[in-house]
Amino acid sequence: MTANSILKKPKNLRRRKIVNSLMIGLCVVAGIITILPMLYIFFYTTKSGISYLNMDFFTQLPKPVGEEGGGMANAIVGSIILISIGGVIGIPVGILAGIYISEYSKNITATVIKFTTDILSGVPSIIVGIFAYGIIVIPMQRFSALAGGFALGILMIPTVTKITEEMIRLVPQSLREASLALGVSRWKTTLRVVLTTASSGIITGILLAIARAAGETAPLLFTAFGNSFWQTKIDEPMAALPLQIFAYAISPYDDWHRQAWAGAFVLIFLVFTVNLIVRFVTRNRFTGNI
Amino acid sequence: METLEIESDILDNPEESEKESKVAVQTINLSVYFSELMAIDNINLKIRKNRVTAIIGPSGCGKSTFLRSLNLMHEMTPKARVFGEIFIHGENISSYNSVDIRKKVGMVFQKPNPFPTMSIYDNVIAGLKLNGNTKKPVLDELVEKNLKNSGLWEEVKDRLKSPAISLSGGQQQRLCIARTIAVSPEIILMDEPTSALDPMSTANIEELIFNLKKEYTIVIVTHNMQQAARVSDQTAFLYMGKLIEFSKTRRMFTNPKEKLTEEYVTGKFG
Repeated sequence: MTANSILKKPKNLRRRKIVNSLMIGLCVVAGIITILPMLYIFFYTTKSGISYLNMDFFTQLPKPVGEEGGGMANAIVGSIILISIGGVIGIPVGILAGIYISEYSKNITATVIKFTTDILSGVPSIIVGIFAYGIIVIPMQRFSALAGGFALGILMIPTVTKITEEMIRLVPQSLREASLALGVSRWKTTLRVVLTTASSGIITGILLAIARAAGETAPLLFTAFGNSFWQTKIDEPMAALPLQIFAYAISPYDDWHRQAWAGAFVLIFLVFTVNLIVRFVTRNRFTGNI
Repeated sequence: METLEIESDILDNPEESEKESKVAVQTINLSVYFSELMAIDNINLKIRKNRVTAIIGPSGCGKSTFLRSLNLMHEMTPKARVFGEIFIHGENISSYNSVDIRKKVGMVFQKPNPFPTMSIYDNVIAGLKLNGNTKKPVLDELVEKNLKNSGLWEEVKDRLKSPAISLSGGQQQRLCIARTIAVSPEIILMDEPTSALDPMSTANIEELIFNLKKEYTIVIVTHNMQQAARVSDQTAFLYMGKLIEFSKTRRMFTNPKEKLTEEYVTGKFG
């Protein structure tokens, strides 16, 4: 063996280079495939929906079949109410569960909760809807916003729990110790040091959970049910944007189809905006240098 | 066991000048286990008030474990078990809440760890703020006083509201010291406070330690024997969890009693 043997040209160099470019090519193609549907959905919905969008859409109630115009004001307000009920249930439970899993993870219960949350996040949303139907709609004997909000809240829990847990884990142990060493109790340390440091990440998680809940249709089908009239009482059936879009899109009327497109555009725009906010918040987190 | 007896001889006949100085911390048969693994074994030690006590020894000898047991920080480590007793100013700490102990026994860590979400100003008073005491005029005074005592005031007085993480490593460590003394502890534990710092910052911190001992009792863990020799009055040498020798620093480095100590301080192992 001579010393310069390492400089010997490998025999299959040409083949290696070809395989290399091929694999890189495949990755690029796969990358493009992932953006195409998103771009297509966004532009097609915008193109189809934006021209039917007007002030009436945001201020008027749905008109009966045959009458021109009308809007989805009740559905927009309904969605906001449903998401608020969901948030009131899902956000505190998710944050507290996330704190428990990450700060007390030596505990066997924490492991069980973590495992269950992972499974819950994979449960189809329609099943969560059936669950809400079973424990709220049946005892109350009617569809209600409460049941719909409850279903959305259950769906938000795993997302918020997961992200809270991950963000809290990112907070260095040294910061907890710094706080404890100053004679600050454990719960104050968790609240004022750990949660504060992780807050921007947790806010991201909450926004993502809200964006997801805003678009859910299946769990609302037999809980909030939908409503063509103005309704803000939470123990009554309530309209929601995705429900209204669904009802209008499967109807045979052109006018309703146009309304459905406008609704779809509003929904997409909402989700898109929330995502932009999330990007903005997370960017701040990284410059925050935890 | 043999070494322990020799050790207790030293304690029974403390060094001449140390006689009148009060005991700040005393450990009696202190042992710490992590699960089944023994980290420190039966340590009996008296740390004098207003002195700097250095704890030296090779990696894994239990220096940090010993230090962390003094402010009950091991409570954060799962499966840590502690036996024996610790007295602080003559009182057994087992009858107190760990939160109250830590107010009296502050700690400075190896890596500077200012709170990244807080300004320089807020970091200094973090101990008070996190505990919910916030009276504005008093705070301003407190910030100035403690930054002066930690030798950082001149460098940061014009940018107290900037984020603490904008400071250099050495400045961050002095900020951590300011934060520690702001809760007015009596004892300050330092866990290799300069091992992440450059020589200039190290010199600053060492000078600071020298000034601080007028008001505080300081226990410093260090890897650096020159540092122990420079800053401390007394030195404890730990090896494999046992206290091998404890005496005046000068004697420890010039005329150690134990063969093992001599080999360590002359660099034969470690």
